[in-house]
Amino acid sequence: METLTFEYRGGRALAAPAAATLTGVVGSGNLEVLVEPAALDGACRVEVTTAAVGFGRIWQAVMDDFFARHPLADVQISINDVGATPAVVSLRLDQAVEAFRGGVA
Amino acid sequence: MTVRQWNTQAQNRAARRERAAALARGRHVASADARALLEAVLEPGDRVCLEGNNQKQADFLAKTLVSVDPARVHDLHMVQSVLALPEHLEVFERGIARKLDFSFSGPQGARLARLLGAGKLTIGAIHTYLELFGRYFTDLTPKVSLVAAQAADAAGNLYTGPNTEDTPVIVEATAFRQGIVIAQVNEIVDRLPRVDIPADWVDYVILAPTPNYIEPLFTRDPAQISEVQVLMAMMAIKGIYAEYEVNRLNHGIGFDTAAIELLLPTYAESLGLKGRICRHWALNPHPALIPAIEAGWVESVHSFGGELGMEAYTAARPDVFFTGADGSMRSNRALCQAAGHYACDMFIGSTLQIDLAGNSSTATLGRITGFGGAPNMGADARGRRHASPAWLKAGREARAGRNTIPRGQKLVVQMVETFREHMAPAFVDTLDAWELAEQAGMPLPPVMIYGEDVSHILTEEGIANLLLCRTDEEREQAIRGVAGYTPVGLGRDKRMVENLRDRGVIRRAEDLGIDKRLATRDLLAARSMKDLVRASGGLYDPPKRFRNW
Amino acid sequence: MSHSYFEANARERLAQLLDAGSFRELLPPGARMTSPHLPPLDAPVAFDDGVVVGAGTLDGRPVLVGAQEGGFNGGAVGEVHGAKLTGLLERALDERPAAVLLLVESGGVRLHEANAGLIGVSEVMRAVLAARSAGIPVLVLIGGQYGCFGGMGIVSRCCDAIVISEEGRLGLSGPEVIETTCGVEEFDSRDRALVWRTVGGKHRYLLGEADRLVPDDIAAFRAAARELLDTRPDLSLAALEAEHARLGRRIDRFGDCRDARDIWTRLGIAAPERLPLLDTAEFLAATADRRA
Repeated sequence: METLTFEYRGGRALAAPAAATLTGVVGSGNLEVLVEPAALDGACRVEVTTAAVGFGRIWQAVMDDFFARHPLADVQISINDVGATPAVVSLRLDQAVEAFRGGVA
Repeated sequence: MTVRQWNTQAQNRAARRERAAALARGRHVASADARALLEAVLEPGDRVCLEGNNQKQADFLAKTLVSVDPARVHDLHMVQSVLALPEHLEVFERGIARKLDFSFSGPQGARLARLLGAGKLTIGAIHTYLELFGRYFTDLTPKVSLVAAQAADAAGNLYTGPNTEDTPVIVEATAFRQGIVIAQVNEIVDRLPRVDIPADWVDYVILAPTPNYIEPLFTRDPAQISEVQVLMAMMAIKGIYAEYEVNRLNHGIGFDTAAIELLLPTYAESLGLKGRICRHWALNPHPALIPAIEAGWVESVHSFGGELGMEAYTAARPDVFFTGADGSMRSNRALCQAAGHYACDMFIGSTLQIDLAGNSSTATLGRITGFGGAPNMGADARGRRHASPAWLKAGREARAGRNTIPRGQKLVVQMVETFREHMAPAFVDTLDAWELAEQAGMPLPPVMIYGEDVSHILTEEGIANLLLCRTDEEREQAIRGVAGYTPVGLGRDKRMVENLRDRGVIRRAEDLGIDKRLATRDLLAARSMKDLVRASGGLYDPPKRFRNW
Repeated sequence: MSHSYFEANARERLAQLLDAGSFRELLPPGARMTSPHLPPLDAPVAFDDGVVVGAGTLDGRPVLVGAQEGGFNGGAVGEVHGAKLTGLLERALDERPAAVLLLVESGGVRLHEANAGLIGVSEVMRAVLAARSAGIPVLVLIGGQYGCFGGMGIVSRCCDAIVISEEGRLGLSGPEVIETTCGVEEFDSRDRALVWRTVGGKHRYLLGEADRLVPDDIAAFRAAARELLDTRPDLSLAALEAEHARLGRRIDRFGDCRDARDIWTRLGIAAPERLPLLDTAEFLAATADRRA
């Protein structure tokens, strides 16, 4: 297992406080994404625990693009990954943010 | 002056038949005498076709050939399209055969590479199906062919039914050049449903102890289609099928194209495309096509082979499938390959690796798997002369701004997720095919589809239209621009990629007006094998390993 | 549009099974109550340890619910996972809900956790029996990809009623385990038609081990669970002895059958070979009054 941490600044806080949401499942080629409000002084913090070791550069690129799509502030994102491809990771992240914003029950 | 003999082949054939005369009653030989028959008719150095197809296998004759005495039968030259069974290689291990010309060896690819490395065989060439069939009628005509049929009658006529596959081509080449044709059959009946191969092209018929093996190669369980594959299928339909009004086409094997088939009655229907795309197919009877057929999308399907469990369904839809007067389907690999090459406007299929020039390969190190039919489907038919809207539009795009005479072009689409399982990138700087060629001493790297024939590359990140690229550099950036987070994709020139996107060379889901949130499995017309059975009105009878009921 | 129970994950099932918006999770993912045994083995954890527990309402009546996530280690029970289920059942003694619903999807005990998982399962069993003896019905729903096997197979048969879909499977040893132990001649686990006619929902329903057979639709599971809320089985000694006697007669009647189809024939079902192909409504009609 490998743990990776990313932190982004310059995002926008949500207008209304949201509740924590969990999206996805910790299964082969899949991942779970926990999105929680957190007092992080305006930062968006991402912590990834992944079973696929040695893909830090790809995670960095995936998370950079994610933050460009969804500039969040004061949010903690925690991921348990079992070797999901970047396509699946990006999809789950988008679904997780949508659920967090209240788009999906 | 000596008078030249013009019938030495016929005399040789007569001598072989004479040696086997005691074993046959009419054309029939008992299965217990099968080995004796092969030892009687075979001569060292013979070219032998042991019918190995994608699906149907002459498995009893394969076992029999492995059992002959290598002191009597040796140095055979095997000329067969598919190496599917272990026996297809055991003939080399046992010293019965020495040389091989073939098309595809998927399941035996690793063992073939080992045997080649150990010097147990030499490979003449790896062909496409049509090439190998072409050589059956020029310099690689089989002397003895061992084929499989469903049934024979007393006279020796054969019924090959839905799984006719390669049999007509093999038998025709052999029989009309004074060769020997031996058929194993599953049953002997008084009256055949229809005659697929006439008795006077067949020398011997053997009732096999067990029915011949058939591999359900084209069955894909919809339960395994991912939401990323649904998204890619939406992009294919909206960004390619609808754009070019593709009506005559072939789909490769795989979950990517199965997803497209299952989106026709749902997503494509919602785009108003019914009757405008996907009407005529060169395709095996894919179970995943059942919902589209039932919804009235499909006018015709001609098939390379059959598919296990689809017999009753195809028989009940004779307006769609090619069907005999007896009511059962007939396939023919050679003719369907010709249809796929010349009469289809599009081929779309998956691959394992794509390089920066768009060359696409399924070769991996340590495995010699060959080609099958994909290169014939996935190559522009330069001999094509008839026009269609899709073919003309592709040709216009490829030639716009150039001072060339108008002509069309086939759409050849490679559909691939940027990463495969275990994070193996599908986009690479150098294909594994180069190293494999070096390892195996091949004259060429085994490329499935050459970059110059590829018109579009479709990934979850977008569609790259290579027809619109004007320089090698544009082409490379168009490929990098859909290569996602692979090293090739991360190496893109971002400004150039955005420029290509502005020109429509690269199109993302959002550029096509596709809402990614709709890309869920709910869009699939069938999400399970049971759904396919239901859609068929209970006519589809899936093999037991695909059931969960 | 129907929503497949088979395709949904544990959270999606709960969201549609219960009254909309009524579910309140206990020990939610944010509590990070994860397995202590997996990290030392370098194996991934899940924030909920593969089981979602909480409270909600069904048709306005309060229920406690636990849903196992088959996608995480095949729904296997580890120490935390088991303790969450046990705690849920013990909570029922205090809260006295209309019922406890267990959405079971599990291959059994999590091998990584060995004895801790085994103890976890036995604690769940004891808690089930305690809840039942306090008059709180414990209902089991089975319809996920991984089926209900091993320890959770036993737990399920300790409950008041089982609702199963055709796709659901219920058994003690899973098909692969049987093949490994007894040989492929005894049981070919790749023969999926054989697997389903042996441990699948239809056969379990015919044998009387599952109480309701429903189509693969979360709404159908919801409807069946609602109807079973008022289940009050007779737990008297006489009733238990009668059940034992019934099981004894079942062995006498079917013990020599080699295949589920033999049992269906002996049950007097017309054209038994057709049963696997029938949809749920047709199947129920074809087998009415023919259950063992």
